Amino acid sequence: MTDALLQVQDLKVHFPVREGLLQREVGSVKAVDGVSFELRRGETFGLVGESGCGKSTTALAVLRMIEPTAGRIVFEGEDVTGHTRASMRSIRRRMQMVYQDPFGALNPRMKVQDIIGEPLAVHGLAKDRSAWRARISELMDLVGLLPDMADRYPHEFSGGQRQRIGIARALALEPSLVICDEPVSALDVSIQAQVINLLVELQERLRLTYLFIAHDLSVVRHISDRIGVMYLGRIVEVADRDTLFKNPRHPYTQALLNAVPLPDPELESRRPENLIAGEVPSVRNPPTGCRFHPRCPEAMEVCSQEVPVLHGEPPTGQVACHLHPPSG
Amino acid sequence: MTEAVLSPVPQPLVPQGAVGRLFAFVRRLVREKPLGAAGGAIFLVFLFCGIFADFLAPYGMNETNLEVRLEAPSLAHPLGTDHLGRDVLSRILIGAKLSMIVSFLAAGIGTLVSLVIGVLSGYLGGKTDMILQRGVDAWMTFPDLVLLIVIISVVGPGIPQIVIVLGLLYGIAGSRIVRGAVVTVKESMYTHAAQSIGARTLHILARHIVPNVMPVLIVLFTTRIGAVILTEAGLSFLGLGVPPPEPTWGAMLSGTGRTYMYLGPWLALAPGLCLTIVVYAINVYGDALRDLLDPRMRGSR
Repeated sequence: MTDALLQVQDLKVHFPVREGLLQREVGSVKAVDGVSFELRRGETFGLVGESGCGKSTTALAVLRMIEPTAGRIVFEGEDVTGHTRASMRSIRRRMQMVYQDPFGALNPRMKVQDIIGEPLAVHGLAKDRSAWRARISELMDLVGLLPDMADRYPHEFSGGQRQRIGIARALALEPSLVICDEPVSALDVSIQAQVINLLVELQERLRLTYLFIAHDLSVVRHISDRIGVMYLGRIVEVADRDTLFKNPRHPYTQALLNAVPLPDPELESRRPENLIAGEVPSVRNPPTGCRFHPRCPEAMEVCSQEVPVLHGEPPTGQVACHLHPPSG
Repeated sequence: MTEAVLSPVPQPLVPQGAVGRLFAFVRRLVREKPLGAAGGAIFLVFLFCGIFADFLAPYGMNETNLEVRLEAPSLAHPLGTDHLGRDVLSRILIGAKLSMIVSFLAAGIGTLVSLVIGVLSGYLGGKTDMILQRGVDAWMTFPDLVLLIVIISVVGPGIPQIVIVLGLLYGIAGSRIVRGAVVTVKESMYTHAAQSIGARTLHILARHIVPNVMPVLIVLFTTRIGAVILTEAGLSFLGLGVPPPEPTWGAMLSGTGRTYMYLGPWLALAPGLCLTIVVYAINVYGDALRDLLDPRMRGSR
């Protein structure tokens, strides 16, 4: 508990929906609705869930790229929700982001050295041009790129290499927290492994903490220490990786794990059909009670009325489900 | 110094200083975009003629000689003479100067206005965007020509007025296009990345937004040049252009050129061809420039 790098407490991000001539607020999209979790220094926290469940919004709110509607974000012991734009600058140095799309995240008109060196230039961290270049070479070397490619443009690189450029940029300011927003889902499977291994290796060398967002469970399983499962703007279960994969408690987690394809076709054909039916409901008008109850195979009477609370302690992890009521 | 002369190895392609970079650019232009290079060269010739028109013109622009009225092209008058016996070549050259000044300044002001409005509106968004765009809407409800006629009849014809009015007209109309491009770039992940590392707005505008809307600006500028020359011609036709007897291509085309089209076709052909060639050359050059400035096009055709 004491070693928490980032604590997110009851984070809410609501987007107003305006309609009509006067742009009256008629409701809101509750993209993130009461999310709490914490990241310990040096660990990788995986955040999984279907698209639209609020994973990326959570990440953007942590970076304060989106203003949180409510809740607290405590980073390195400091409440960052109260900061102004100007004072966020120094905090941004210590949390950086790696993006999903390796093509869109790099300015096509900038050389690689300018991309990687941009954070240094923005924060005035290089004494002069040669120090700046030396630091860029160092960073390129760190992520497995040849420093003499610094003069090239992003379009001359492959997807995996571009993702390395993006990682080098994120590391330029020596951040303590790196938010990886689906960093490998746009890459070929063979390249995914390389990039994941690079991230793991960098974590060990630089003592990084990752908030790792993904929808691919096998990737998350490989890299994460702990995993949080999100559904419709809420966290439904948090547990250690092994606990979660061996003994998923929330029906949604069980369904998610069940959806992971098995490498063995024999097993694959014998396992039960998809456990959950239907579509994800609209976040504009989420179901009452437990948000998962309309699709839950084990829904009970109470599920449509009462919101289950996330509770529990390690090592079993936390769960928000009426099937697992708080003991005592 | 002697070393450089004796060196049998061609100089490295790494550009040295501004002059070196210019040479490297010209070399790439010629090699990769011959058509664009030709356009640029033609354009330079016209620019040269325009700048040195006063020295190059064999006759004065208003020097009349009633004995050689409406004469076909000859050695003495390579492009013939008009109804007052003025030398068409001389008038074309002086006209080049005026048309170049007017079109460059107006297209330049126009592109700048488009850039400023487009960036403010597109990048800042929100209320600023709303107010600016409604202003642009209001301005665009007036037909161009009506606006031009009203303003010029109030302040009187003259080069500065025409430049400013045309610049504003095209600038405000073009701001929509720039705004669209700015919005696309603003939404891109690399802009997002720059914001998330704490870059200031000015830095993002200079490093990310403007370079990535550059192709739009280049195309806007080059198409505007032709448009301005033609609009000025239209204004001259209405008597609101650059006041006579100053020759502009537009005025020559729509004035004497039209009136004496059957008696002396060269009167319309000479300015008409010049206009077409310059507009075409600038457009081709602009396209080449746009492609060359795009790093993704490097080494590919």
